[in-house]
Amino acid sequence: MSYRSTVGGHVFIFATLTEVMAKATPDRAGDRLAGVAARTARERAAAQTVLADLPLATFLTDALIPYDRDAVTRLIVDTHDAAAFATIAHLTVGDFRDWLLSDIATTPVLTAIRRGITPEMAAAVAKIMRNQDLILVAKKCHVTTAFRGTIGLPGRLSTRIQPNHPTDDVNGIAASILDGLMYAAGDAVIGINPATDNVAQASRLTHLMAEIIEQYAIPTQSCVLTHVTNTLECIEGGAPVDLVFQSIGGTEATNASFGFTLSDLAEAQDAALSLNRGHVGQNVMYFETGQGSALSAGAHHGLDQQTCEARAYAVARHFDPLLVNTVVGFIGPEYLFDGREIVRAGLEDHFCGKLLGLPMGCDVCYTNHADADQNDMDTLMTLLGVAGVTFIMGIPGADDIMLNYQTTSFHDALYLRRVLGVKPAPEFDDWLGRMGIMDSTDGFRLPGGVPVGFARSLARLQP
Amino acid sequence: MTGQPPLTEDPWRLLRRFTDARIGLGRVGVSLPTRELLAFQQAHAEARDAVHLPLDVKALTAELAGIEGLPPAIALRSRAVDRDDYLRHPPKGGMLMSEDAESLRAEAPDLALVIADGLSSLAVQRNAVPFLQAVVPLLSDVRIARPVIVTQARVAVGDHVGALLRARAALVLIGERPGLSSPDSLGLYFTWMPEVGLKDARRNCISNVRPAGLDFARAASKTVYLFRQAQALNLSGVALKDRADHVGNLASSTRTFLSPPAP
Repeated sequence: MSYRSTVGGHVFIFATLTEVMAKATPDRAGDRLAGVAARTARERAAAQTVLADLPLATFLTDALIPYDRDAVTRLIVDTHDAAAFATIAHLTVGDFRDWLLSDIATTPVLTAIRRGITPEMAAAVAKIMRNQDLILVAKKCHVTTAFRGTIGLPGRLSTRIQPNHPTDDVNGIAASILDGLMYAAGDAVIGINPATDNVAQASRLTHLMAEIIEQYAIPTQSCVLTHVTNTLECIEGGAPVDLVFQSIGGTEATNASFGFTLSDLAEAQDAALSLNRGHVGQNVMYFETGQGSALSAGAHHGLDQQTCEARAYAVARHFDPLLVNTVVGFIGPEYLFDGREIVRAGLEDHFCGKLLGLPMGCDVCYTNHADADQNDMDTLMTLLGVAGVTFIMGIPGADDIMLNYQTTSFHDALYLRRVLGVKPAPEFDDWLGRMGIMDSTDGFRLPGGVPVGFARSLARLQP
Repeated sequence: MTGQPPLTEDPWRLLRRFTDARIGLGRVGVSLPTRELLAFQQAHAEARDAVHLPLDVKALTAELAGIEGLPPAIALRSRAVDRDDYLRHPPKGGMLMSEDAESLRAEAPDLALVIADGLSSLAVQRNAVPFLQAVVPLLSDVRIARPVIVTQARVAVGDHVGALLRARAALVLIGERPGLSSPDSLGLYFTWMPEVGLKDARRNCISNVRPAGLDFARAASKTVYLFRQAQALNLSGVALKDRADHVGNLASSTRTFLSPPAP
């Protein structure tokens, strides 16, 4: 079946649902690179009109990637909750936007229908939503997860300390961790991207972080962002693993290019659960995603990058993650060319993730070959803060000296706390108060100085 | 009105001896002090410029000629016509220009060496030659093809070169995306049995090769390890895990300045 619409007296015909989805997507570099973007603004408007008229149920019968060819499609179809979908089953994509923005769609209602929404439905409605719509609806979606702290409560914003070092030098890493803690960061996770993919190294870094967390009784969790099979080996080797990491994509072929299958994730999740290291919850997975990864792997099946991204959230959702992070500006300008495209993608990803029930954070970031700068990051982090983003990255001075890109700094998170009044996770907030690092009841003031335990460590270093 | 100064310094700034990370910046309220804001802007400007600086192929070729045991290099072009084309269309950077591809013959070497400008010609200009000086003597039993320099090139160009040469393995030396603190970081990508269109999961990467990052001797020993393992297992990529303990400065200790003093 083909789809048609008339805009400005011109009839536009779209051969497939895939084409409608791609051409309805707000313009971006990756879709142009893939050759799936609308060729003109009028063609895009026509595709959006067609898309708005499609029943949501279309996505249950017209798979964008065939069921028998893709494990992610099978996961989406096999885990769809028809009872949850019943509430919105009569809606078109356009009606769904109206419904989401309406006062009918309260937080409990949105929670109740979550498992009835497929990634494609979320992606479709996002394509016809303005930035403010994406913010408003995401704000209504509450997703709470827990390990040693409770992540995602309303009025809260968590941060990951990302203490990367180009040679994994333990003191260099510890220095960045201390900097982050003194700036009240780290309640989402202390998560290291190791400089090289090595089981022994990952195990060592896991021990390093576990020792710091235990020594100072910090209500947070650690993660080494290495391949899932490495983490599994770390666990088998007795390392104190809190969270299992994996980069994931929205097609089976993308995940194959990352070198894992869904059963690898299940095996690693079971292994991490068996360690029983959480105190207030047992969400043990940390996933990262980003628009463009499927195309980058030649595994997008003609789909637009935003739809592929939303499909990755089905993978994430299946493994009850503590955190999901869309690394929005990392992949480069061939996918998101400039600050404007990065901002739009960040808001879409956060919205789709939250609508599907994920603890969605965002690596608000850019590379030095993209046409973006700190002002674009200020814009996106502020908009995401307003939208209730679960967590953002925290890195000293916004500069990742290992991965060579810029993300949000510890200072940035404190700016958001002050302008939006958002506190860290409650367990961590209490710890900060006890340590005298930050008082979130008094304008997020940092009294200055260094807590006793840390001060002793510094004192031993004095020349 | 006088009172407290607006700028609060961080007493842990002394930890900068351990890292180039921008720690201990101090704060005004909770915001970045002006001096740090300006330092960041300056670093960003340098990194932006590094992306667009062209590789000096002539100088690089001359320097490569000085490495004992290496045949003379050849310079080829990718299908990306300029930097803008390169940034917007990565697949073009992964293939050789057709007429340039014709200059490679199937010599079936053990190892193809591909030197690609990538996103930082500075990285290649500074670090490719000293790395090769460190690694070539360790591979004296390996038949290494003449180095192929490719401009406007991505990692995947190594697959194209390797396939044309019918090499058993390919090693790509490429300028990584420049960072604020490291505009000259060299990446090494190793692939066993290179062929056009292979997936990234079949590659092994050694990152951040530069004097202030992973030094040349350690990068060379990691490279040789990968080559020997790949030879033994007849594969590369995710299945070839780096279990060797090359990371000298970590030793076996996880003790840091934060650890309690040893009893």
